This record gives sequence, C-alpha cells and structure tokens, in this order.
Amino acid sequence: MTVTAPPAAPETGRKVSSGAGSSGVGRSGPVAWMVLPALVLFIVFGVVPLVGVLLLSFTQWDGLGAIHNAGLSNWKSVLSDSQLPHSILVTFEIMILSWLVQTPMSLLLGTFLAGRQRYRAFLAVLYFIPLLLSSAAIAITYKALLDPNFGLGPGLHLDFLTQDWLGRSDLAVGVVIFIVSWQFIPFHSLIYQGGVRQIPTTMYEAASIDGAGRVRQFFSITVPQLKYTIITSSTLMVVGSLTFFDLIFVLTAGGPGDATRVLALDMYKRGFMSNQMGPASVIAALIVLLGLALALLLRRLGGSATASQQEGA
Amino acid sequence: MDPMTTSRRTFLGLVGGGALAAGLGACGSSGPQSTPGSTTGAGGAGGGATYWFLTGQPQQGIREAQVKRFNDANADSKLKTTEFQNDAFKAKIKTAIGAGQGPTLIWGWGGGGLKAYVEANQVEDLTDWLTKEQADLKNSIFPSAFTAATVNGKIYAVPGETVTPIVLFYDKRAFEKIGAEPPQSWGDIMDLVPKFNDKGIAPFSLGGQSRWTNMMWLEFLFDRIGGSEVFQNIFEGKKDGWSDPSAIKALEEMQKLIKANGFVKGFSSITADSNADQALLFTGKAAMMLHGAWTYGNMKSSGGDFVTGGHLGYMNFPPVDGGKGDPSDTVGNPGQYMSISSKATDAEKATAKKFIANNTLDDATVEAWVKSGNIPVVKSAKDKLSSITDKNDSAWLNFVYDTAANAKNFAQSWDQALSPTQAETLLDNIAKLFQLSISPQQFATNMNAVIGQ
Repeated sequence: MTVTAPPAAPETGRKVSSGAGSSGVGRSGPVAWMVLPALVLFIVFGVVPLVGVLLLSFTQWDGLGAIHNAGLSNWKSVLSDSQLPHSILVTFEIMILSWLVQTPMSLLLGTFLAGRQRYRAFLAVLYFIPLLLSSAAIAITYKALLDPNFGLGPGLHLDFLTQDWLGRSDLAVGVVIFIVSWQFIPFHSLIYQGGVRQIPTTMYEAASIDGAGRVRQFFSITVPQLKYTIITSSTLMVVGSLTFFDLIFVLTAGGPGDATRVLALDMYKRGFMSNQMGPASVIAALIVLLGLALALLLRRLGGSATASQQEGA
Repeated sequence: MDPMTTSRRTFLGLVGGGALAAGLGACGSSGPQSTPGSTTGAGGAGGGATYWFLTGQPQQGIREAQVKRFNDANADSKLKTTEFQNDAFKAKIKTAIGAGQGPTLIWGWGGGGLKAYVEANQVEDLTDWLTKEQADLKNSIFPSAFTAATVNGKIYAVPGETVTPIVLFYDKRAFEKIGAEPPQSWGDIMDLVPKFNDKGIAPFSLGGQSRWTNMMWLEFLFDRIGGSEVFQNIFEGKKDGWSDPSAIKALEEMQKLIKANGFVKGFSSITADSNADQALLFTGKAAMMLHGAWTYGNMKSSGGDFVTGGHLGYMNFPPVDGGKGDPSDTVGNPGQYMSISSKATDAEKATAKKFIANNTLDDATVEAWVKSGNIPVVKSAKDKLSSITDKNDSAWLNFVYDTAANAKNFAQSWDQALSPTQAETLLDNIAKLFQLSISPQQFATNMNAVIGQ
C-alpha cells in the first residue's frame, strides 16, 4: 500500500477534481459505503441479538408461550445460585490451564516451523491436521478412545490408559484441557510461525556474531519480538475458551455431575433444557461482559498497540 | 495507471454495493416467507402437513412405513417428514414450536412436556374428535395410556406406538459363573454385588452420562420402598415432597449400591444413545442391567447369540425388604404420543388427523411392532402374540404384556411426567447423586426448591 500510494495519489486527485466535487468528498464517500455491508451484518447478527439477550434477561419466558416481564428477579436468582461461581471457576480453570499448555507449545512449534527446511514444511502439514477436524468429530473420537470398557486402554491391555477418563471429575477436566490443546495448538503455531518469519534475520546474524547461542537468541530476540503475536494469540485463546461449547457438550455434556459445566454449557442447559430463557440470558450477558473485560485487559497488558513491532526493537 | 485506479475503486464499490444489495435482498425475501410461516405455523414449504420423529431402529423403519402407506393412499395431501436423533429432537422441537416453525404432527412422550405445550396454546384439544368421531380408535387403546395424554381433564394427544416398561435384564451365563440365582429382593442384589466383582464381572451395566438411565433406578426404589404415592405427591406439587422419609431412604440405598461398586467402572461417562450399556451386558462384561423394554430389539440384532441362544433373562424390579410398594408396579413409557399443532391450517390438521386415524395403529403397524419385539398400545396386541413363532420373542412379548397389563400402577418416567424445568434440575441432581458429590439430604433440598415450577 505505502509503496504504490505516492505515484497514484496526485493522479487520482487531479482526475477527481476535474470531474465533480472536491477530492475530500470523492474519497471518503465510497470508502464509507464500503463499510456498510460489514456494519449491517455486524448490527443484524451482533448488536441486535445482544440487545435481545439483554432484554430477555429481564423477562420470564419458557420459549413456548408469552414473554412476561420479570424485573430483576432473574439476575437475583442467577447471581445467588451456587451453580454460577462453580461454572465461572470451571471456565477459568480450563481457560488458564489450557493457556498454560498451549502457549509454550505453540511458541516452540511455531518457531520450529518457521525454519525453511523441507522436512519442516512436511511436518507442518501433519501438525495442522487436527485443525481440519470439526470439534464434534474430535469429541466423538476421543470419547470412543477413552471409553473405560471398549476404548484404547482395554483394547491394547494398557493399564495406565484404562482409567475412568471422563467419569472422574479431576480427570475429566484434564482430558478436556488436553483435547482443547491438541485441537488448537496447530492454529496458534501457525500464528507464531508467521510472527517468527517477520523477525528480520539481521537480528539473528548480529546476535550470533555477538556469540549468542540458539537458546539465548530464542529468549532475547524471538520471544520479545513476538510480544504482540503472543497477545493476539492469548486473546483468541482466552476469549475463545469463554464460549467453549461444542467439544465439551459432546464429550461430557458438562459431566460427570457438573465437573466440566462451563458458562456456555450452563447457559444452554438453563435455556434449552430447563426452558428458562430469562436466567439463560443473564448468563449470556455475563459471558459478553467477561469476554469484553478480558479482551480489554489483554490489550492493556500489551501497552499501546499502535507502535509497530519492528520499530520498537 | 489512471484507469487502473478508477476501475479498482469502482470495482470495490460495486462489490460492496452488490454485497449490500444481496444482503438487503435476502432480508426482503425472507420477510414474506416468514410471515405466512408464522401464521400457518407449519413452517414447511408449500404448506403441507409435516411430521417430525425419531431415528433409531426398529422404530424408525416402522414410522417410515406408516408415512409411506399414508402418502401412497393420499397423493394429494402428502405428509412431509423430518427425522431426528433423540436428544437433538428434544431440544429442536421446543424451540421450533416456540418460534412458530414446528411440525403439524408433534411427536412426544406426553406428561410434563405436553402440559407445557397446552399452557402455551400450541396443541389442539382432541377430546371431542376422539370421543365422538374416533370412538373405535380410542377404545382400542389401553386406557392407562391416556393418563399422560390428558391435561386438566382434556385429551391433547393420541397414544401410539408401544408400551415400554423398564425391566431388569440379566445375563444367565454370568449367574451360572458365580453359581447364584437372579435376585428376589434388594437384599439379594446387595449380596450379589461382591460375588460378581470377585469374578471380574460388573454387577450392573449403566449408561450414566445420559442421566435418565440413573433415574430409572430411583423410580423403582422410590416405588418399592415408599409406594407409588411418594412420587405422586411430588408430581402434584406437595411441599417438601422429596424429603419424605421413604424418599431419603431410597436415595441412601442408591448411594450404598454405588459405593459398593454395584455399577460398571466408568458408568458416568457411558451414554445410552450409543448402546454401550447394552453392549456391556451382551458381551458378558456386566451381569445385569435396568433398562427400557425397547432395548430388546437392539440386543437381539447386535448381541450375537445373546438373545437367540437364550442367555438373556429378564424380570420386574424385585421388592425391597420392608418396603410399602406393590411389587407388581412398574415405570416406563405407557406410550408415545402424537399431538396436532393448533397453529396449523385446517387442511393440515385434517391431513394429520387422517394419518393418526388410519395409519398409526393399523393392522400393519401393530404387526410390525409385535414382530420387532414390542407391545403396541392397543388391546388387540395380545391376540397377535400367539402368532409369534420364535420362542424367545414369544416369551419376551408375553412377559412385557403381562408386566404392563398386571401392573397395579404404571408410572410414567419422571423426566417426562414433570415440567421441563423440574426435569432438568432432577437429572442434574441425579447425576451429582450418582457421582456421590451430594448427599441424599442435599438432593432433597435442591429438588424441593423447584417443586411445582
């Protein structure tokens, strides 16, 4: 863009001024119009449902009959329900632990895959396979593999694999984190791979002249240079895990008991299984608020995002 | 250069404008479509009558055959069908009906779910039609099947399909291995548990992740210990109904069995939809299983020689020593139910009524149900039993018929009888009870909080 702009700019300016109106109007008019399709989609599918959910959270509705005004009673009942802190706790447990597993792994894999060697390109293709599968398919597959009676462990007579993986509360949370990581590490590796390739090779050359080894280069050049990539990837992980639903729903349905009932599942159960759209909308509104707060927090942690990465170095 | 930039701009503008126009066009065309949809309520294109039902053999094939016979005979008013998997159906049908996009014929389990439809004025009152125009059809059906179809004294659904009590299945080979007899009482069950565990056989198979599977145990224990009135009180909304001493005792007995490793390892991650619980029984990994009569067909077709070789045993749930319940009582589904959407057009309603009257309990259907190892909800089913030549099927069908017909009280499954709100809280707490993460007292407190909701 910046390269092509200078020669094009005067010519366009002349043409527009010779045509009709001032160049300012001529420029911003079509550009503003181009925003419209995205804006309309965002309003119709983003803002309108959001307002709808907020309104529903103050009503009583079973999904079938008439909608009645309920005032603040839904908010009061949900906020005083002991299920809510539990769901928030499980959500954050899965969020934080899966971040802790995914970030270092994707960072290392991404750095490794950024190398231009042929075998790495080949490995990269293999690593990305989990990304091609739908969450439901992954959940069904793992459910079959982890079955305590007909799964992988009993089939191969391996005792350490023959656990009640999805039937014990502590193990079930671990399994969910493992599968989430298995599924999303490829995606985040891809982001890091792109980030690492953006780092100018001159830095590494300078570092090796100064006598820095591979490990030193990784911590002193790669990681600091990837600061914004890490923030982007973390935002996606954190905000994404707030709405995590499909995999857990198919894998454990929130069980055993309520051990893996994250906020999104709690919302679904209240709304579509108990027919209580009001309380479900309260949870939905809470998820939106939490998501916004977390995204803002991560942006703050990243400092001013306007400064370019390479200029900062 | 000059025409290049202009054309690129124009191009982008056109693309943006085109996308916008397409977006607006979509809004415009979806508007008129949804308006007649919400007034007719049928939701289907072309306005014909629609019917949604469940997948899963052998039921699915019988339902498909019914519709085919109807459509062949009524080329001008065909019935359109959509098939759903069980859990997906439960979620979809509620939202669809609420949005005015439900089918003309609403298939269901009656009870609390039907009551919710009635309260929202979504289903037709069929009392007059059944008692006047279709008196023969009404009289041919087991009277007990109408309880779950009746709300405030009016009939809103026609019972159809099959009577499916919950029974205790067992593997005769497993009992031979430990040299024991099938249990005659709850005490026997508790005594059998360590014997089976010593031989490396799980005493009971259970698909605990489905939750309603666990519920069947409580249904029987409540009945056997405290009699049918314990749940009847809860159903009628009596305050603190779940704290009845018999209820607490039943919950305690339940947890005793779980703590004694009465259920197969990993039961809380096994689902009933995948039939893995049945597989545990017919592969010899588990000795007994409490399950619906509808599982017989699958165990016969998937279980190798388990059924055909005469290894499958079955009995009604045994009594609990000192319990007040009648040992002939049973629970389960007294039938499946078909209602007609009140939002459908008169023509669609007429088609639906014609289908119910002519094709849901006709001779071909009754025969198909009996052949598949099920007892249809009609009195004439008994006469068909003598025509069954397979001795295993014949013994099984007579057992199911007698269990259903001789039951002093045939209770409807709790999650179907209660309102959806209570049912979900119930299933949720049952899962926690089986996980031993709440005590019987906490269970009762949690459940009392939603009584009558």
